[in-house]
Amino acid sequence: MTDTPKRTPLYDLHVELGGKMVDFAGWEMPVQYPMGIMGEHKQCREKAALFDVSHMGQVILRGEDIGAKLEKLCPQVFSTLPEGKARYGFFTNAQGGIMDDLIVSNAGEYFFVVVNAALRHQDIPHMAAHLDGVEVTEVFDRALVAVQGPSAEDVVGRLCPAARDLKFMETMLGQIDGVECRISRLGYTGEDGYEISIPEGEAIRISRLFLAHGDCEPAGLGARDSLRLEAGLCLYGNDIDNETSPIEASLLWAIQKRRREEGGFPGAERILKEIAEGAPRKLVGIKPEGRAPARQHVEIQSLDGETIGEITSGGFGPTVGAPVAMGYVASAHAAPGDKVNLIIRGKAQPAEIVSLPFVAQNYKR
Amino acid sequence: MTIYYSEDHEWLSVEGEIATLGITKHAADQLGEVVFIEQKEAGDDFAQGDEIGVIESVKAASEIYAPVDGEVVEVNEDLADNPGALNDSPEGDAWIYKIKLSDPSQLDGLMDLAAYNDMIG
Repeated sequence: MTDTPKRTPLYDLHVELGGKMVDFAGWEMPVQYPMGIMGEHKQCREKAALFDVSHMGQVILRGEDIGAKLEKLCPQVFSTLPEGKARYGFFTNAQGGIMDDLIVSNAGEYFFVVVNAALRHQDIPHMAAHLDGVEVTEVFDRALVAVQGPSAEDVVGRLCPAARDLKFMETMLGQIDGVECRISRLGYTGEDGYEISIPEGEAIRISRLFLAHGDCEPAGLGARDSLRLEAGLCLYGNDIDNETSPIEASLLWAIQKRRREEGGFPGAERILKEIAEGAPRKLVGIKPEGRAPARQHVEIQSLDGETIGEITSGGFGPTVGAPVAMGYVASAHAAPGDKVNLIIRGKAQPAEIVSLPFVAQNYKR
Repeated sequence: MTIYYSEDHEWLSVEGEIATLGITKHAADQLGEVVFIEQKEAGDDFAQGDEIGVIESVKAASEIYAPVDGEVVEVNEDLADNPGALNDSPEGDAWIYKIKLSDPSQLDGLMDLAAYNDMIG
């Protein structure tokens, strides 16, 4: 895309707070603030951090039997998703790869879907083409703000007490200082927290109310990436894509029992076969033994020098205090405790396969 | 003692044929928080433009390129355990190498502080 990057409703606030702006998926977003990635990461793990995630696509689906119709595109159960509940899912393609991952919420009168920024132009026509009788409307006039961390309940709850009672993966409409917002208890950091959809004209004012809490500081995309990596959460385009199946990506947990038994979703042939027989490769956690971070595309070798995979996400984990990574390895080498070598700048660096996440998830269940 | 600056944001503090080499405060600020450094060993030779190390920050990996020809005579070993010193004191305690210059005339191709400050604006 050669277009000038778009700005979210929070742009002026980012600049005022000293955000270092970068082009991300066609959006001008803060990669960090003066606190720095390490500080912002720790802020989120220890207190609370506010992230602008307005670049993600917000979509409203209206019509009959939306949940059942979504099941034709995704290997999740949505037909019985109760009102007020959200569920993680993904669109699969005919080859069993992942087209995008998403969060689907049953908002009662409608379904609310959040998709990745870079894929909104794919996903919205995909839904419009395949969800017969469903009106698919992209929401352009609302910001999306994430408040994440152990203090998030207080940051949001003091402005909207009902939000305190939400549990992980529940959603509600709530008033925040007179503004109706969609408040969902979920996120992408491994911490407790919320994502809040706010009318664009009120987004800066409401964000300032969150930031007025002594425990809440702004955080950028840099910390968002290191937080999700420590939490073992996949990033579309890095860890999952059109080639990777959900079974390879260790996302079997996100395919509910009925779908495993009945199939009926794109790519079911490959996915059900891999559920039964195992996948040839697996996405695993990888812990370098030294201090050198192993980044995306670093080659993974067995101890006898055979290429067995590649790093898909990697960097320094501020909470772990050491480098952390995820990548695909041949299934024979994918057991926790297995030793591998990472080829970093031509040199073999020892590493170990570990269970994900690197940092325990801290959700309010 | 004279201090020279390179276009790759290194400083060289020269006394006779020995120079202390590090990265500038500007470079450290641009890199972000440093989490790892890979250094050469004492005795290693290098030519101007060679990669003589890698600094990894929370954001990315950045190579260190030799501003002159020379030989490593001493490595600042403290940086391996405390890479964050490169952010705190890049032009002081967090020097990277002491090197022996092979061709001191190459220093003429480097900048003084005023010229470096002009370059970084």
